[in-house]
Amino acid sequence: MGSRTPLYDAHVKAGAKMVDFHGWDMPLNYGSQIEEHHAVRRDCGVFDVSHMTIVDVEGPQAQAFLRYLLANDVAKLKTEGKAQYTSMLNENGGVIDDLIVYFFSETAYRMVVNSATRDRDLAWIEKVAADFDVTTKERDDMGMLALQGPKAAEKIQGVLTAEQYAEIEGMKPFVGKDVGDYFIATTGYTGEKGYEIVVPAEQLEALWNDLLKADVAPCGLGARDTLRLEAGMNLYGQDMDENITPLEANMGWSVAFEPADRNFIGRKALEQKKAKGHDKLVGLVMEEKGVLRHGQKVTVEGGEGIITSGTFSPTLGFSVAMARVPSSVGDTAEVEMRKKQMPVKVVKPGFVRNGQSVL
Amino acid sequence: MSNIPADLKYASTHEWVRDEGDGTFTVGISEHAQELLGDMVFVELPDVGDKVATGDDIAVAESVKAASDIYAPMTGEVVAVNEDLEDAPETVNNDPYGDGWLFRIKADDSGELDNLLDANTYEASIDED
Repeated sequence: MGSRTPLYDAHVKAGAKMVDFHGWDMPLNYGSQIEEHHAVRRDCGVFDVSHMTIVDVEGPQAQAFLRYLLANDVAKLKTEGKAQYTSMLNENGGVIDDLIVYFFSETAYRMVVNSATRDRDLAWIEKVAADFDVTTKERDDMGMLALQGPKAAEKIQGVLTAEQYAEIEGMKPFVGKDVGDYFIATTGYTGEKGYEIVVPAEQLEALWNDLLKADVAPCGLGARDTLRLEAGMNLYGQDMDENITPLEANMGWSVAFEPADRNFIGRKALEQKKAKGHDKLVGLVMEEKGVLRHGQKVTVEGGEGIITSGTFSPTLGFSVAMARVPSSVGDTAEVEMRKKQMPVKVVKPGFVRNGQSVL
Repeated sequence: MSNIPADLKYASTHEWVRDEGDGTFTVGISEHAQELLGDMVFVELPDVGDKVATGDDIAVAESVKAASDIYAPMTGEVVAVNEDLEDAPETVNNDPYGDGWLFRIKADDSGELDNLLDANTYEASIDED
């Protein structure tokens, strides 16, 4: 038996097919992952993401610590609650994990990291933190829900008090705020508007039940994967890992090389890689029948690459993928599928936003 | 527990076969198989008139999770395919033993049916999975 979130029984009750996800018993779907996908694109869905790891960082050197630990620069964060997508790298520039960091003050931050890499992440954070005057605390007393979709604001309004909703009404994207016992952020992993809500573990099931009563569709890991892939968002362990740098994973934008005098772990390796040239992560689109899948070989101008994530896109009605290929790649490529070479289009990774195709 | 109708025969590779009584046999995939595969997104069917032999991979059920070969459970000729699946592959999930049928074979030897599993034996075989 794996680890269980506080919602395990609620998932089973909602008819979930439970599967092992990096040591956690998590819902794959509650019947049809495609219907769950459409619910998020067209209406609203809720995911239990309590398996993700929340780490609070506090202390006089919190900012200095995170400016060294993380590839993006937390000094860019100036307004309370502002979030930033970033990553922790090893000395070779490989991605230990990607994460979101929230700024409360220069002495207080919150990080939300992946579940798949929890133990390694926590060990790394503690090791680096030892040289700084900071404390790090895993918030395993908290659970987390992701409420996503065009009707997310309407749905959250229905489960909050008027005072609570007033706190978050009109909140800009990528910001988090303490609202009573909750921490509510306008973040997500679907390409839709929505919220990620950090909730004391003992209050999680009540909030979940309220959302389901408000006709929010419970959604599992299956829909979460097709949604994030349509949105062009990376999955750790699949699109990047500790042997892949952010530059090769379409995460270059989340690495702050300026100011030049900020040292961060992996910086030297990234600078060398940048100077030498490197593979890149692109999007692939195949409008013929068939589904692009993880691990398939991609032939491009000037070499060969590999599909890191592929799926049938329920929103588009055909298959899309992310692939790591030589930078010489042109506008088209071929993918080897079931012993045939299939032509595909090469695009920027990112296929659907706010319910609409961006192709 | 999945539904395994007693009036059908089954292949260990999860196809079901219905004897239509006129020398033809309708083939689909079991409820258990569609559950394993998850939401169906494409179904590739053989052509009417194709000659097939027992064990040939003649169709593909592609789901959100994987592409899975479907094997001919009997030797013969394909006399019909379920063209409705082209636009509605999810019918295989929703009604695997009814509207979600895949193709029909006119068997060279109807006796081949006896080589397939009955419902109890099929059920026992999936319990071992």
